[in-house]
Amino acid sequence: MDQSSKISIRELTKVFYKKQHSVTAIEKISLEIKEGEFVCLVGPSGCGKTTLLRILAGLETQSTGDFTIQQSKKDRPSQSMVFQEKGILPWLTVEENVAFGLAMRHLPKAFVKERTSYFLNKVGLEKFANMYPKELSGGMKQRVSIARAFANDPEILLMDEPFGALDEQNKYILQEELLSIWSETKKTVLFITHSIDEALYLSDRVLLMSAQPGRIIAQMKLDLPRPRKLEDLRSDPKMAEKFLEIWQHLQSEVQGSRK
Amino acid sequence: MKEHNSPIETEKKEWQKQQSKNRAKTILTIFSPVCLLLIWEFLSQSGLIDARFFPPPTSIVSTFFTLLISGELFAHINISLFRIFLGFLLGVIPAIIIGLCMGLYAPVRHFVSPIIMALMPIPTLALLPIILIIFGIGEVSKVVTIAGSVFFPVVINTVAGVISIEKIYLDVAKNYGAGRKDFFLKIALPGALPVMLEGIQMGQAIALLTIVAAEMMGARSGIGYLIWTSYSAFLLKEMFVGLILISFFGYLFSLVLRGLQKKLLPWR
Repeated sequence: MDQSSKISIRELTKVFYKKQHSVTAIEKISLEIKEGEFVCLVGPSGCGKTTLLRILAGLETQSTGDFTIQQSKKDRPSQSMVFQEKGILPWLTVEENVAFGLAMRHLPKAFVKERTSYFLNKVGLEKFANMYPKELSGGMKQRVSIARAFANDPEILLMDEPFGALDEQNKYILQEELLSIWSETKKTVLFITHSIDEALYLSDRVLLMSAQPGRIIAQMKLDLPRPRKLEDLRSDPKMAEKFLEIWQHLQSEVQGSRK
Repeated sequence: MKEHNSPIETEKKEWQKQQSKNRAKTILTIFSPVCLLLIWEFLSQSGLIDARFFPPPTSIVSTFFTLLISGELFAHINISLFRIFLGFLLGVIPAIIIGLCMGLYAPVRHFVSPIIMALMPIPTLALLPIILIIFGIGEVSKVVTIAGSVFFPVVINTVAGVISIEKIYLDVAKNYGAGRKDFFLKIALPGALPVMLEGIQMGQAIALLTIVAAEMMGARSGIGYLIWTSYSAFLLKEMFVGLILISFFGYLFSLVLRGLQKKLLPWR
């Protein structure tokens, strides 16, 4: 195992079995992610990328293989997940939602309050602290979800297509905000998306997954300097090339899975 | 052609029309019970229906006041409300706890639900003779009867409520490390509450049905007793006072519960 690896995944396989019928969701995935690295996992829908994330999040158990998340502080949670839409609890206020992870760990009230208001501020929701999620737009809900994960201060962050349900403009704004919060904390992030643009904009490294059974078929380092601007990304011919490269990979995968 | 009017004018007129329609609906709602009472009064006074069986509402109202002043009515209402309240709590609280356990823990659910399914169809009132034998004719038997009949709708709705909680919320709780107690109080209870309150609303209605019948069969006081003895003595005005009281309290309780629902579910 590489010493600087934050996350190491070794030959992780998950098979779903039902009535003598089995589906291999992911097959022998091995992966090292460095401390502070922002990695995007891109693949066609149904390729098992969510399954991989759910295993790392402790919501699913692998069939074979294992993984480790390096622990730097003893009482730090190993991971927190930013869920797809509807991931915030409707019966808690915005503030209570952001404080959720901290409250579940029964940390001192004053500390929870301070941390929560810091991250509420970060995502610009301090005015909405006492509102319930029903009163929020989709973009605001995802801000709550992001603030909750960062406030929990985990070793790594797992993000499961957090912006998938948002409209274009909101998506760009939230991506930018995510990068700005991330750049302060430098958390290790594993981010799932089916959007190539999103992966190119956010990540240090893009991993491409094949359709069922899910395997990592290629990866690509992105050295565009940070802080990144969406405008730079769009005007950079090198990025256009990378987009095409990823697109060709995925296209053959999607086509392959249709046959 | 609407070209002479500004668009705002047109919409304003439309809005006003809508408002007056809504007002008309409110008036209809208020008017309907008044209308019923007026027809009753007229039919009874004019002898078109037998005033011995259907005394005119005005005479029922005056009987109501006579009973109220004598203090008799107050005693009956008091004891009935006491029984309902105690029986209600005694039924609802265990129902919520058992329901949450059943909803959260599948083994508990699979073990307990056949027992509940088997007991549910038996009307608690049919068990009243046994309850009277076991608990005697005192207050306990009435309270137990009400508790028994309130228990079932609440437990079933609580289980349904827990099961209806979206899976993603359970995932969130698990991912953020919720312990058993937090899972119970912060996820299962609030998540199940909307459906649970529907069950409590149902239980409230059943409690009223039960108290009247229970007091008719095995009591010496209460609204049910008032209805039954008045009927036996052919004091139909007094009987109607009892019936109207039941209707009033049924309405009052459901209003109170609706209010409680709004208070408890600000997030809906």
